[in-house]
Amino acid sequence: MISLHHIACTWNPELPDARCASLRRRAERHLGLRLKGLKHVSVYTVRAALDAAQLARLAREGLSDAVAQRVGIDRLPDGCDGFASFVLVGKLPGTTDDEGLSAQRTLHDLLGVPFAPAPQEIFSADLYLFADALDAATLRRLAEEELGNPLVNQFAFGPFADFAWPVPEAEPEGAPVVETVALDIADEALDALSRARLLSLDRAEMKAVQAYFRDPQVQARRRAAGLPAEPTDGELEIVAQTWSEHCKHKEFNALIHFTDRETGREETIDSLFKTYIRASTEEIARRLEAAGNNWLVKVFNDNAGVVRVDRDRLFVFKVETHNSPSALDPFGGAITGILGNNRDPLGTGRGGATLLFNTDVLCFGSPDSTEPLLPGQLHPRRVFAGVRQGIEEGGNKSGVPTINGAIAFDPRYAGKPLVYCGTGGILADNYGGKPAWEKEIAPGDLVVLAGGRTGKDGIHGATFSSLGLDKHSPRSAVQIGSPITQKMLSDFLEVACRRGLVKCATDDGAGGLSSSIGELAPLAGGAEIWLEKVPLKYPGLQPWEIFLSESQERMTLVATEEAAPALAKLAQLYEVEATIIGRFTDTGLLEVSHAGRPLAQLDLDFLHDGVPRKRLEAEWARPAAPGPASTETLDFTDVLKRLLASDDICSREAVIRQYDHEVKGRTVIKPLMGPGGLAPQDAGVIRLGFDDWRGIAVACGLAPRVGDLDAYASSACAFDEAVRQIVSVGGQLPEPDKLGASTFWCANDNFCVPDSVYDAENNPDGRYKLAQLVRMCQALADLARAYHVPMTSGKDSMKNDFRAAGKKISVPPTVLYSVAAAIPDVRKTVTSEIKEAGDGIYLLGRTRDEFGASSFQRLFGAPGGRAPAVRPEEALPLYYRTMAAHRAGWIRSSHDLSDGGLAVALAEIAFGTGLGLDVDVGSVAASVEGGGASDAPRRRLAALFAESPSRFVVSVKPEHRARFEDWMGGQALRIGATTAEPRLRISAEGRRLVGGPVAELERAWGKELLA
Amino acid sequence: MKAVRALVLTGFGINCQDELAAAYRLAGAEADIVHFNEWLAGTVSLRGYDVLNFPGGFSFGDDLGAGKALANKMRFCRLAGGRTLLDEIAAHLAGGGFVLGVCNGFQILVKTGLLPNVGGNFDQEVSLIVNDSGKFEDRWCRCWAEQPALSPFLNGIDVLALPVRHKEGKLVIRDAAIRAAIRERGLCALRYCDAAGQIATDYPALPNGAEMSCAALTDPTGRVLGMMPHPEAFLSIYNHPDWARRREAAGGNEEGEGLRLFLNVVDHIRRNRP
Repeated sequence: MISLHHIACTWNPELPDARCASLRRRAERHLGLRLKGLKHVSVYTVRAALDAAQLARLAREGLSDAVAQRVGIDRLPDGCDGFASFVLVGKLPGTTDDEGLSAQRTLHDLLGVPFAPAPQEIFSADLYLFADALDAATLRRLAEEELGNPLVNQFAFGPFADFAWPVPEAEPEGAPVVETVALDIADEALDALSRARLLSLDRAEMKAVQAYFRDPQVQARRRAAGLPAEPTDGELEIVAQTWSEHCKHKEFNALIHFTDRETGREETIDSLFKTYIRASTEEIARRLEAAGNNWLVKVFNDNAGVVRVDRDRLFVFKVETHNSPSALDPFGGAITGILGNNRDPLGTGRGGATLLFNTDVLCFGSPDSTEPLLPGQLHPRRVFAGVRQGIEEGGNKSGVPTINGAIAFDPRYAGKPLVYCGTGGILADNYGGKPAWEKEIAPGDLVVLAGGRTGKDGIHGATFSSLGLDKHSPRSAVQIGSPITQKMLSDFLEVACRRGLVKCATDDGAGGLSSSIGELAPLAGGAEIWLEKVPLKYPGLQPWEIFLSESQERMTLVATEEAAPALAKLAQLYEVEATIIGRFTDTGLLEVSHAGRPLAQLDLDFLHDGVPRKRLEAEWARPAAPGPASTETLDFTDVLKRLLASDDICSREAVIRQYDHEVKGRTVIKPLMGPGGLAPQDAGVIRLGFDDWRGIAVACGLAPRVGDLDAYASSACAFDEAVRQIVSVGGQLPEPDKLGASTFWCANDNFCVPDSVYDAENNPDGRYKLAQLVRMCQALADLARAYHVPMTSGKDSMKNDFRAAGKKISVPPTVLYSVAAAIPDVRKTVTSEIKEAGDGIYLLGRTRDEFGASSFQRLFGAPGGRAPAVRPEEALPLYYRTMAAHRAGWIRSSHDLSDGGLAVALAEIAFGTGLGLDVDVGSVAASVEGGGASDAPRRRLAALFAESPSRFVVSVKPEHRARFEDWMGGQALRIGATTAEPRLRISAEGRRLVGGPVAELERAWGKELLA
Repeated sequence: MKAVRALVLTGFGINCQDELAAAYRLAGAEADIVHFNEWLAGTVSLRGYDVLNFPGGFSFGDDLGAGKALANKMRFCRLAGGRTLLDEIAAHLAGGGFVLGVCNGFQILVKTGLLPNVGGNFDQEVSLIVNDSGKFEDRWCRCWAEQPALSPFLNGIDVLALPVRHKEGKLVIRDAAIRAAIRERGLCALRYCDAAGQIATDYPALPNGAEMSCAALTDPTGRVLGMMPHPEAFLSIYNHPDWARRREAAGGNEEGEGLRLFLNVVDHIRRNRP
């Protein structure tokens, strides 16, 4: 008989409890609360038919640690008395409960029965006991701010005497219903309908839907199929999802009327995507083709871009954002971001790529912010902490190393953080002679849903991320990932694809089945889906919810009827659920039914091409920039320390070390290197095999603040940064006259911008914001063409605004470039830190009086000064020369100059080396343009702290110096040498500017960003 | 001469199987990567394998404590003949085989009772719990090897640089008797040490707060070795964060220090073949 029991485990009292120690630290730092006695108990609620012996065995052998823990069955373990208050943290019904499911696995192993994930029999919860008699308000804050999130957790708290065991809620019931929605209504009512159902469709789009359902041909066909004349709830949801900004990129494909007030020119841009992104890539493809060496294999039209490594291998690379979910539940948003992005390379072509690395670029509000929070807004510190943990668990538990990334701070990210997740993978060139990058489907092929089960989670994710956030944002958009479910799925998929059992694979992400089937169906010419076959986490889902659910860790596979039995057998071995849920057809329709009852019948042409084109207005006028701050009497050593301790520059070690950056055993350049493991690096480098020296370098560039002065410069600086970081480690750009011998480079562009659609009331500066986006795209195209670095994939996120209490927090328009390049021999790469005393130190690249939006300028609170400009005509000759110097092996260390300029770079290359530097920047100051002798202080300042792009600081061994200097000519300024004494000395023409022990600089830099 | 053969388990969240298999191949052995369920279903057996390997990873997400859910599987699940996987391993050891567990593999061996197994009855005698820092950390550390080594993996090794990448690596010992047995019988095979080679007592040289600064355990026969640091993550000098300088000091030798463990065991098995 099924009965309810509780198993409670706690650490032996003599052992430290790290979880409690962490809570104590956070409670003190965040809530000013000093907790005395504190205890954590893991609670498992078991709802199953077990006898006493089985229950005892489950508790003592299965769920508790015989050496380190105490266990109680239907009572708290010994030593849990004497506490005054408690908080119990459980999962909301339907939320992923991996601990509960793993306990259930152990139970089934113990009973000797095959594992079944549903119905859920074991539920996990965490109980915290406090010696202090805390009041309800304090307990609530601890629960909701430090121990969980009301969007995913349920809480009980109060005096210890009131503690009661949790009882799982009854499963929701309800017969499946297909609702009909009246669409033959007035225009205002259409607007209201779109809002009420979270469709995120504007009036023109709603009218297009209305017109479709009024079409007599459509009506006749619907009657024949037993569908009502008006759309079903499912049909409206499918159209809304397919037409969502998230899936359709309507703004990137809009017609834009662009007025440039600076030049007086007006033009119509027919799609930003086509005009700038695709056109530049296509031009590079043509040049490569002409040189007989087109390493571009598949761009823009699959889940990830594909380039060629060699005859047998392809590289797939995709970067996504997960901003809105991370704003609501930072942990869940980030973990599903990383796992979801992993599924893109896995679901490219036929599928089954082997994941190689992850990258993470994060933008947050200031962790020390004292701004009052708006309703529904989480403190940036909580967002940071949750996102960091999500990336740790998502990446580490998947066994994918995080080899590169960045963290940026700005108060404008306090409403919506930006969470960019990137993944690279290796795909075989072919499976049994069939190209692995191609998706091939024929009518009659089966639709197989593999991986996790389907629940209500994430319904409306695609449409909701196309809206700004406010306090009414739907809870159901929040999901928690299950890395173990996905790991088991990806292990299975790799083998299934290699054995030729899968014709193609795609990710079920935003929009769920509606999106994945919608994208695959046109390849065959139609599809029919039988929703009753979809395995559910729990009953009670309506048919449309099953089709739209964004439950994680699911992929849609295509298999022939003949391959299906072998695929099913393999899935069983890997303990992955793989269920046939439909079949591809050639009807031109998407047909969805539930137990024989039709839910949807939509023309694929209408679904994919029926959305009306948007027309938008953009107007560019250069913003007035404040002048540079006065810097008359500065102590430069102090300035350098302040820069090193600033949020944007300080050490990321505490974050980086919590990410596994070397699982797979092939990472050659990790984020921190050198004898002390402290020196920050430029690009990450990873080998492809254990007996193969070929590898891939990856780097990220972003410069959002430069956009306050000039959006074009912001995009150009970001692009240049990503490319130069790869050049810095020894990457070899394609040179125009040597394209035939070039190896691949590929970039992902990820635009995250605020609402850029003009609205007199809600978005009065929308035209300027859109103009910023236009200029960012122009820079993308110009730089891509000049550098021969094509975009192969990307994603835009258009509504990064948070609105509450009459206020709006909008992100600065931000573009991230994630660039990857082939490295022919990883042994020839170079790390950033200096290697030995007596090496020459050189500055490569031109320094200008470019302080706009610099870290230095920000110390003084003003973004003013000239925006740094990328000059490809200067940068490329330098890069090509530097590349040759790398090939010759003359460069012993190389670090690119970025935030904080030369002074910060000089400090960073000494960290952890036990060495020092003696540098004179007089020659650099003299080379800075402008003014006469009277401007000498300004030029010295520029030499130290200006942030001109396209520069490196390198070290060269004495025996290579002469040849290096000959080769580089005026491109390299010799500025000093490394020293055995670990001090940093910077002078200008003999005049000391900066001086101090490297250890002091390390201390300033080493502040901990998070508790 | 018959090849040395290693079976490397995978599946259920294990994720270091490729580098562990590569370690054996680079050391001249054959390595097969086998899904846990193939072993459980009886389609693959331990017969013919010299070394059974439990790689690192996050088996079942470490949801019940690191390695616990997979350890439960080894004790609870039965093959067709009625024997548990633990029985299979006991037979493998009795037949002269070896077992290696790294990181999550070590945690599994400990929770299955295979290490240190002082009592010889596969009772759990120690545990690996959350690091004192409370954090997962990826950092390079130095380990000092007890010599003469009970485990052939560690023959002749003095000090090793290896990365640790774990959240639950703090060794705790059940009672004084087990502690004494570990000490007296030399079962603490590796101990974290500092740059000067002294046993580490403080973070970060001691990354997790383990008792006896212990980084690895063997059983009294030396046939089972479990370790938190990852030898398979240092097969090439280019794995080391300071490879640029180490390469110069090594005069061009590109081998990583972790590879020595695998060269050792392969050599030992070859020399002791009947």
